[in-house]
Amino acid sequence: MEGDSQRASASWENGTLAPGEHLRSDRADSPLPGLVEGTEPGAGQKSAMFVHAQSFEDLTAEAEEEVRREAEINKSGDGEEELKVLVGEKEQHSSDMTSESRTKEEDVTSEAWRSHRKHVFVLSDAGKPIYTRYGTEEALSSTMGVMMALVSVVEAEKNIIRSIQADGCKVVFLTKSPLVLVGVSRTCQSDKELLRELHYIYYQIVSLLTLTQLNNIFKNKQNYDLRRLLAGSEYLTDNLLTRLERDPGLLLSAVTCLPLASSTRDTVSSSLQAAKSKNLVFSILLAGDRLVTLLRKKDQFLHHIDLHLVFNLVGSSSSFREGEGWTPICLPKFNTAGFFHAHISYLEPASELCLILVSTDREDFFNMSDCKKRFMERLSKRSAYPALKEALKSPTYSVEQVGIPELRHFLYKSKSSGLYTSPEFPDVYKSDCEQERLMGLYQDLHSSLHHPTRPLRYVYRCGDTENLLAWVTSGFELYLCFSPLGTKALAVAAVTKLLKWIRKEEDRLFILSPLTY
Amino acid sequence: MGEKLPKVPGDPDTLSRPMRTLRVKMVLLGSSGVGKSSLALQFCKDEFRRTSPTVGCAYLTQVVHLREVTLRFEIWDTAGEEKYHSVTPLYYRGAHAALLVYDISNRDTFIRAQVWLRELEKQYLSGSTVLWLVGNKGDLEQRRQVSAQEGQSLANDRGLFFTETSALSGDQVEQLLLGVAHRVCECVGAQQGALSEWKETPHVDLCHRNTFNPFASCCKVGP
Repeated sequence: MEGDSQRASASWENGTLAPGEHLRSDRADSPLPGLVEGTEPGAGQKSAMFVHAQSFEDLTAEAEEEVRREAEINKSGDGEEELKVLVGEKEQHSSDMTSESRTKEEDVTSEAWRSHRKHVFVLSDAGKPIYTRYGTEEALSSTMGVMMALVSVVEAEKNIIRSIQADGCKVVFLTKSPLVLVGVSRTCQSDKELLRELHYIYYQIVSLLTLTQLNNIFKNKQNYDLRRLLAGSEYLTDNLLTRLERDPGLLLSAVTCLPLASSTRDTVSSSLQAAKSKNLVFSILLAGDRLVTLLRKKDQFLHHIDLHLVFNLVGSSSSFREGEGWTPICLPKFNTAGFFHAHISYLEPASELCLILVSTDREDFFNMSDCKKRFMERLSKRSAYPALKEALKSPTYSVEQVGIPELRHFLYKSKSSGLYTSPEFPDVYKSDCEQERLMGLYQDLHSSLHHPTRPLRYVYRCGDTENLLAWVTSGFELYLCFSPLGTKALAVAAVTKLLKWIRKEEDRLFILSPLTY
Repeated sequence: MGEKLPKVPGDPDTLSRPMRTLRVKMVLLGSSGVGKSSLALQFCKDEFRRTSPTVGCAYLTQVVHLREVTLRFEIWDTAGEEKYHSVTPLYYRGAHAALLVYDISNRDTFIRAQVWLRELEKQYLSGSTVLWLVGNKGDLEQRRQVSAQEGQSLANDRGLFFTETSALSGDQVEQLLLGVAHRVCECVGAQQGALSEWKETPHVDLCHRNTFNPFASCCKVGP
């Protein structure tokens, strides 16, 4: 494990992922549109905290390269016939399957199962089921066999299957040997969005096993049942899929911070900075799903996907509440080959504050435990702890504080810092169902702004229930949701006002001076 | 219920005469879902809560006072899932006590416990580690698949100690920990220097930081 960090760091040296060093001494006073990256509200003052990926683009870049290499699937002639036959076969197969109940008791032949908005299946190259979001893998083995057949038939002609549109359904394929991921969606999300979600699921699985282990397993035994190794972790994938529907951070490829006075945050950061250790690479303090601070080894950057996987791991399990957790974890965007070892513990049993210390050494438990103790002692000595606990009482803010009429909700992402801010959902969107609907609308706008061939800079959309404005510049990405009474002129005027407000509050809402050790 | 464990570390008796505190490394092994975390929680907090599957490993401590000595149990509650097996040797290496936990209502877990036993036997000479077979979920008497006799006879054959517990009701849990404490003292403690002494971390004085590092001592000990 010793050489892991070195080996991994090498992967960043290809230049494309390294954050650009911007000089940010000349921050614009007035947050006018046309702000360049690095001067927008919320931009970090010293250096970026995260890998400065072109986020969304980065995620799908790999897939697009493949597209360039391979021609799009030819959907005419024989190919189509073949597909039709196979799809037809699929229907047949799924109807004569016997239902099996385990934990996810659901009849896969039922209409209810079919009508789920989004299915996700993971299978091995050999067509063996690994994961299904609904129902059991056993009951779906022949369905997954058909999926594999679809992939192989197209592959045999030196081509790659990307997606199938059928009957209000979109079937998206992601082949990441030795795994194949399939998404079946009834939502209006684009292929690209669905592919992005499948990538998340792929990385989730890699984070548990490492790609090296995954490859070795299937090299030795092609028809290995991977469920054996993933047993007990299905809930991580389930939760990640729920997050993908609810958490704007996953959509924006960004994370949000706990609103905190900058003096308190600086104290917390420097206390964490002092509690360093030889093999410590990242120290992350979370308050629920919100970042309090993140410290990193100089020259090492964390990717937001890796961070979201950590969030998911911590948020999905109550096991870290009892004692101190110590677990191997692969951060796939950092290095798919090796494990880091994470010391995960809550600052107090009932607290929301969770400290994650990521080390390269698997024997580092007591060192990490010690770092935590030192951090806690410093924190209490400098009386930042009460202030931090006080801030936990108001982990979010209401949109009324911004003072823009008819504005209901917004998402603002500072591109250079990789952080976003957003008020709490107003009453109209309090229910899960309404929240998911609004997220769906944001996803739509996001697709338009990041369209692979025809990206838009502004979108204004009027609806019966809300009016939406989306705007992307080189510095930020902004999504606004107004009541249906709002007008376009009002919305455009609101942007400047909102940016001014965010600039005024940026000390509190963002991490402006990230530290390293 | 047997004698109550004194759970308050600083009761007047121990304060008046300084007692040695020895560190005992104890590891919980077994299939997933047999109740290792629930047992650990009972040992340390005297309560039962439904826990989600352990990720990697959880580390907890509990102090047990015996007549002559105080033991500070450092409990490594491992994950039962197969994907973590490659790291499990980290936790049982150098352990003074190992609890092999199975679920009396699930025969597979009993078989799995024997696999763990074989693995441990490869590592240890008898006598250097207290091995304890624990049949948990004693409250599920109606669904029992492994009889107490079966557990007992396995234990007799292989020289293990044996207890059936219920982490849900807390039945036999305290007795188990106390039993382990006594056995560790007898078997392991008899060998000179087998148990290292535990020193309370002195309060950190920031002014003297550079001259004195109170953490140096425990940093050398691997998990």
